[in-house]
Amino acid sequence: MDKKKNQWKAWLYLLPAIAILLIFTVWPIINTLRMAFLEGYNGLAEAGGASFGFGFANFVSVVNYNKFLTCLGNTLLLTVITVPISTMLALLIAVALNSIKPLKKIFQTIFFLPYVTNSIAIGMVFMAMFHMVTLGSQPLSIGIINSIIEAFGGHAVNWIDAGSTTFNNMVVLIIYIVWNALPFKILVLLGGLQGVNKQYYDAAKVDGASRWRIFWRITVPMLSPMIAYVVITGFIGGFKEYTSIVGIFGDSMGPIGGDGNLNTMVGFIYDRLEDGFQGIASAAALILFAIIFAVTIINLYVSKKKVHY
Amino acid sequence: MKVVLQHLTKIFPSRNKKEPNAEVVAVNDFNLEIPDGKLIGLLGPSGCGKSTTLFMISGLQAPTSGQIFFGEDDVTSLAPENRGIGLVFQNYALYPHMTVQQNILFPLQNLKGENRLSKEEMLTRANEAAKLVKIEEFMNRKPSELSGGQQQRVAIARALVKMPRVLLLDEPLSNLDARLRLQTREEIRRIQKDTKITTIFVTHDQEEAMSISDYIVVMKLGVIMQTGKPQRVYDDPANLFVAKFLGTPPINVFAGKVESGKLYIGEEAVLDVADVEDQEVYVGIRPEGFILNKKGKLTCAVSGIDVMGRDISVVSTNENSLNPVIRSIISADELANVSGETVKFNLKPAKVYIFNKETENRVYFGEQVALHESIVAEMAAEGQIFTPHEDPLPREADDKTQTVAVEQKKGFIGKVKGLFGRKKKPVAAEEQEPAAEEAEKPQDEAVAEPDEPQTAEEDVKE
Repeated sequence: MDKKKNQWKAWLYLLPAIAILLIFTVWPIINTLRMAFLEGYNGLAEAGGASFGFGFANFVSVVNYNKFLTCLGNTLLLTVITVPISTMLALLIAVALNSIKPLKKIFQTIFFLPYVTNSIAIGMVFMAMFHMVTLGSQPLSIGIINSIIEAFGGHAVNWIDAGSTTFNNMVVLIIYIVWNALPFKILVLLGGLQGVNKQYYDAAKVDGASRWRIFWRITVPMLSPMIAYVVITGFIGGFKEYTSIVGIFGDSMGPIGGDGNLNTMVGFIYDRLEDGFQGIASAAALILFAIIFAVTIINLYVSKKKVHY
Repeated sequence: MKVVLQHLTKIFPSRNKKEPNAEVVAVNDFNLEIPDGKLIGLLGPSGCGKSTTLFMISGLQAPTSGQIFFGEDDVTSLAPENRGIGLVFQNYALYPHMTVQQNILFPLQNLKGENRLSKEEMLTRANEAAKLVKIEEFMNRKPSELSGGQQQRVAIARALVKMPRVLLLDEPLSNLDARLRLQTREEIRRIQKDTKITTIFVTHDQEEAMSISDYIVVMKLGVIMQTGKPQRVYDDPANLFVAKFLGTPPINVFAGKVESGKLYIGEEAVLDVADVEDQEVYVGIRPEGFILNKKGKLTCAVSGIDVMGRDISVVSTNENSLNPVIRSIISADELANVSGETVKFNLKPAKVYIFNKETENRVYFGEQVALHESIVAEMAAEGQIFTPHEDPLPREADDKTQTVAVEQKKGFIGKVKGLFGRKKKPVAAEEQEPAAEEAEKPQDEAVAEPDEPQTAEEDVKE
């Protein structure tokens, strides 16, 4: 009897959390599935009493959009390039931070700043840093990056403004995304480093291992669970890249004259929602989910072999 | 390889910037000469600086002052990897992501230049080391798949594979269960005998140190209390600390006094000590130093009897005992003689040690003087291994560490005082130290130093 009574109490305490989860997590997932498979679904039309057939038409529409492959390509490209770069940089910075004593706190704060700053705001700062306004062939005003390039005797580059190449745009985006991804990774890796028993390093020192060997044979294997975590979450975050592009290039998802050139999967989904095609947006979201799921499975499989727990 | 430590001192600076005087003197003027091919046990309670000494020999910690010699080479400022040492850590520090073989190979793979070995040579060396510690069949396992004792042996193999000049072991047995501990310490002894590598190991377990060491070094608060062969140190402790630290069950200590040639515990005159001056003393009596006798001179109240087969242990109390209970070990045959509420003992003079109450240094009497002199002569005849140092019980050093502790606890009032006195104190300390060092240096080469009479224990070269 008592046990049953207690169970009721337990459920009662859990109720608020369960209710919130049901409304904001479980129902959206189910609804997305539903919308994705209702052909040509539109919320307004449904409210007006329309009915939709069941099938794969939404998925076919997604694939047939002429910008879809650009979005998918951009997403894959940005993820594949930025995740390894940011992970390696974060590892190096974390090791460096861990080995210095003075100013450690200050550097930690500096590296952590991007994490607590609004990414749209940072995007706008980047825009200002990389910008260049030209009149004819003569640059009128240039940002700090171009000033630096010129100070070293180079020519100002049209990074992000009207007429800039997709390659230049991508370079700026990659710098931004890597920089923005660093703090979280550094934090995780630094935490991991501090958890490594110092005796391993003492032992390696007595054994005469060089710094390089200590890094590869001790630090990296010891940190491998953290590295795996950072890579997996990095891939997941990378596939959802969106705000960085909005921040630098605005809603048009591309430089002036190149609208949508830099669009990503998430951007594609937003665009379809704005167009009122919720069914197609849901289908695209499911496709993105499938990609992330597959990549994560691969990641976990690889890490099982390489990671030492 | 002979290892010589000269005036080795390690001071850890205060971590708290507000209390610059709260530095910790971990090792204080440590002088020791370790002969080639011997097994030395550094023994002492936790915090006595024994591990710090070991880490200074390894090079992982730099001494504040003093010098370390391996043979004739001064290695004081040499990096650990260039000293040719093998170090086994307390918790082994085996790399968990490498197999046993990779762990043992690791030091060899780090060799550079002309020392570089071919892959075959490395494997041969690794296999030899593995064979020596009997872990050949585990070569492809990960450390986590081994028992504590096996991990320990892997750690020793990893330390031995580069053929070190000196092998250092930090609390090698403390992470093992009782049975494995016995086994492993014999194993360490065997390996040391096989390889003939000078081995220094650190332990807080006196039984462990006594059982396998050629020589033990008893330390307290960073200062050497006594050095010598284990049995000799046990039989002839230099002071109360050493007497209390060695032996299970521990020595029984009484407050007593010497008055006109007789040793008193309470009102009872328990022993004739004709040649000893009158003074307040501590009396240490080993558990095996009691003889049951109905007309015995020491009376104790019986509180229990532990039967241990061959022997029995009479647990009793006496109001002058500093231990809560007195343990005396007597033959089981005499069990019948223990009856009633009190028990009377006579004492074996060789098992009774008297210590001056103030200095806690040993006061020799009767035949003990002869025994002590014979031990000193014996050590001298062996070529004397341990550098004599000025005072086996440097009270000053003791006081220093104690004041440090006191200052850390001073709290608010101390801090307020510190506000005014802070600037002066460290300067004064700095001025004193170099002066003290200089004063000691000329004595380095001196074979013998004039010692105070009561410190004859360490003054073996005379």
